[in-house]
Amino acid sequence: MTSMGMTTPLAGYLLVAALLFAIGLAGALVRRNAILVLIGIELMLNAANLNLIAFWRFGPHPEALTGMMFALFSIAVAAAEAAVGLGLVIAIHRQTNTTELDKIDRMKG
Amino acid sequence: MNVVFYLLAAITLAGGLAAVLLKHLVHCALATTVAFAGLALLFLQLDAQFAGFAQILVYIGAVAILIVFAILLTRGSELPKGGVFSRTWFVGLVIAAGVFSVLAWAVLESVRGIPQQTAVPAVTVHDIGNALVGRYVLPLEIVGLLLTAATIGAVIVAMHEKERRQ
Repeated sequence: MTSMGMTTPLAGYLLVAALLFAIGLAGALVRRNAILVLIGIELMLNAANLNLIAFWRFGPHPEALTGMMFALFSIAVAAAEAAVGLGLVIAIHRQTNTTELDKIDRMKG
Repeated sequence: MNVVFYLLAAITLAGGLAAVLLKHLVHCALATTVAFAGLALLFLQLDAQFAGFAQILVYIGAVAILIVFAILLTRGSELPKGGVFSRTWFVGLVIAAGVFSVLAWAVLESVRGIPQQTAVPAVTVHDIGNALVGRYVLPLEIVGLLLTAATIGAVIVAMHEKERRQ
């Protein structure tokens, strides 16, 4: 089945993106540190960008630039997300003196 | 599918894996940078030069530096006592594996129907600039506003509040 997937280049890129997304998801779910969770989310966003660029490259109308623009705006939004997320981590660290997610349970009912 | 693609994919995935698995947060940040660089090279391999260089500038130039700053500001370079993985790590791993199987299954099932244009798209930076200030000018303005708001918001959130402490 894998050899069939490798016959078209787009499938290879999509599989790499899927694997990177799964790695990022595992990082976001498995690690205890808030910064590592943010890194996992960044990896997932990057995997989505790889999909967008790959579909743009192998799609029928690359001159319309749709996938490329989607990826560029996605990069910009991801940068904003990283800035706010890391700012929140620093603020929480100042309040609770930890970035371990299972110790930040102040809102636990 | 050529050697370059496999090499870049291996670099990217190895960087991602190392970022998730390594113990020291600073090492994780460096491994993330490797993954970002691999992705930028994959973009270049996909003939998306502009997106590749934007990826290098934004991710390696800004996001990776931000992550390193956050790690150093929160003293994340010290190893935690209870281990780096959460107690429910197995559940997270199963969920990630399930998501990957579904995605890979979807890709491999639809492999006959997916587009495979082989001609290199004749898109120049000039075209991208024209599209950005033409058809996509409203999203561009909104992204500019979002970035401004996010930057100000991040500064305000992370700002030291002396008055409230006393």
